[in-house]
Amino acid sequence: MFKFLYHYSSLRNFYFFSEKLLPFLLITFVCLVTYSIYGALISAPADYQQGDSFRIIYVHVPSAWMSLLIYMVMGLSSVSVLVWKIKLAEITLSAVAPIGAVFTLIALVTGSIWGKPMWGTWWEWDARLTSELVLLFLYLGVIALLNAIDDRRTGARSASILCLIGIVNIPIVHYSVEWWNTLHQGPTVSKFSSPSIHIDMLIPLLTMTVAFMLYCLIISLYRIRTMILVYDKDSQWVKNVITDNREQI
Amino acid sequence: MTEFLSMGGYAGYVWSSYTITFGIMTLLYVHTKRKEGKYLRWLRRHLASLEK
Repeated sequence: MFKFLYHYSSLRNFYFFSEKLLPFLLITFVCLVTYSIYGALISAPADYQQGDSFRIIYVHVPSAWMSLLIYMVMGLSSVSVLVWKIKLAEITLSAVAPIGAVFTLIALVTGSIWGKPMWGTWWEWDARLTSELVLLFLYLGVIALLNAIDDRRTGARSASILCLIGIVNIPIVHYSVEWWNTLHQGPTVSKFSSPSIHIDMLIPLLTMTVAFMLYCLIISLYRIRTMILVYDKDSQWVKNVITDNREQI
Repeated sequence: MTEFLSMGGYAGYVWSSYTITFGIMTLLYVHTKRKEGKYLRWLRRHLASLEK
């Protein structure tokens, strides 16, 4: 396991490994997102209380889950930056932070759009909404720190510390609906033993979530690969990639 | 078809959510690919300057 991780934490090995992985991920994503949109808008029945407005769940919930998942990936990268000083972790931290911020913004905007017809308001300062907004500010803070410091390694270390401090917000976002009386509804899917959502509605939600995960992975890999080339620009293998002399690698 | 598009009276909310989500995702993909192209061109110029 450690041998595998050590092998792929090398920038060069990761670059060529991800090159092989990307076409497969792209094809799977296109198939899955097409099926999920069909399931979300056509095959899933309307909710008995919320009517068709509940279909917003298929973009809102996967976006919210991605905002949490990406922050956890950043947390792991931060530990790797601070403890093992792994270059790939520094690059991953910078590459995924904007993606996480985008999905947090999508979750907030679609949640607000869903809130208007259901709650009668675009925004409410309840625990779930506020903690998700704090998450957006944490993402923006990490991005700002990464860009504010000229020395890349110092910037990555500072951003890692902020990221690890902010990780305390993740359980707050997740459990806010249980710990406090909130306008936001309680968990419906995360109770895997007995989800309070019908299977016909649940399947498109799960496939859409996997599609969003694949999308995040694809965009992350593109960004990481570009950053690797810039980071290692003076090495021979990057020169070979740029001049397309792959046979020399 | 009209019934599908009206989304039970919630068309504005449902369609705007989907448009915003997939619109932003498309923009992010396009931005990422353009940035990749920009850096590759910059790296080619960097490499050419080293060879001179």
